[in-house]
Amino acid sequence: MIWHKETTLPKVDLVVLPGGFSYGDYLRCGAIAAKSPIMKAVKNFYEIGGFIIGICNGFQILTETKILPGALIPNTNQKFICKDQDLIVANNKTFFTSNFEHNKTISIPIAHHDGQYFLNGPEIEELEQNEGIVLKYRDNPNGSIKDIAGVCSKNKRVIGMMPHPERAVDKELGSISGLRMFESVISNF
Amino acid sequence: MTLNEEVFKFKVEVILKKGVLDPQGEAIKQSININNLGNILDVKQGKLFELTASSKNREQAIKEVERICADLLTNSVIEEFKYYEVSE
Repeated sequence: MIWHKETTLPKVDLVVLPGGFSYGDYLRCGAIAAKSPIMKAVKNFYEIGGFIIGICNGFQILTETKILPGALIPNTNQKFICKDQDLIVANNKTFFTSNFEHNKTISIPIAHHDGQYFLNGPEIEELEQNEGIVLKYRDNPNGSIKDIAGVCSKNKRVIGMMPHPERAVDKELGSISGLRMFESVISNF
Repeated sequence: MTLNEEVFKFKVEVILKKGVLDPQGEAIKQSININNLGNILDVKQGKLFELTASSKNREQAIKEVERICADLLTNSVIEEFKYYEVSE
C-alpha cells in the first residue's frame, strides 16, 4: 500500500488504483486525487510502459490524469447504483482479460454514482479503432457512451473499469469473474 | 503576499460542453415546468469559483488563473470555462 503523499513508487510489476471516494468527489470525481504527489510517479510508471489497473474511483483518477481517455460523469438517473452487472468482454487481448473468450458475458458488481463514461465523437472512434474498449455493459445502467464499462490505453498496459473485480473473487460472493481477471494478470507475467 | 504584490479577484464559470448530458439541469427544468414558474426551454447547471490572487501584476494573475482553470477547475473532455476580474 502506497500513501498518496509519497512521491516515488517502489519496484513493482503492477500498480492498482482502488475504488473509493477520494476527497469526497469534490470538484469532479478523481480530480483532486489526480494531483496527489504520488500520481507524478504513477504517470512516469505509465510512460516507461508499466502495468496499471484503475477500479471505479481509480478509473476516474486515471482519466483525470489523462493516462486514459474520456471522463466519468454522473449516472443519467442521478442515483448511486450498487448491483451485480453483466458485462461483455469486448477485448480479450489485454493482460487483464486474456482468460476470457471474446464477447463472453461475465458478472461483476458495480457501485458508483459517477460511472457514465463520456468521450467525444472523433475520439470515441479512435478508441474503438485502437481496440481500447475492453468491457461493455449488457443493459447499460448509467448512460455510458457505447455501453463502455472499461477501457485500456493505446499500449494496452493500462486498464480502467467502473465495475469491481475484487468483489467477484469467491463463489460465496456470487461470481468469480473478478478472480479470473486477476489470474489473467498472473499468467501474463 | 509580499510588499510588491497586489490582490486581484476573479470569478470563474464552468459549464458542461454542448453534447454532454446534464441530468441535474434537466431535473431543474422539469421542476420549473411542473410548478409553472416560467417557460424555460433549457437549463444547464454549472459551477462558479471565486479566486483571490496575489501577484506582481494583472498579467501574471491572469496567467495563473488560466492555468488553474485548465489544469484543475475543468476537465476539457466535458467542460469549458470563462473567467473575469471583479472588484469585490
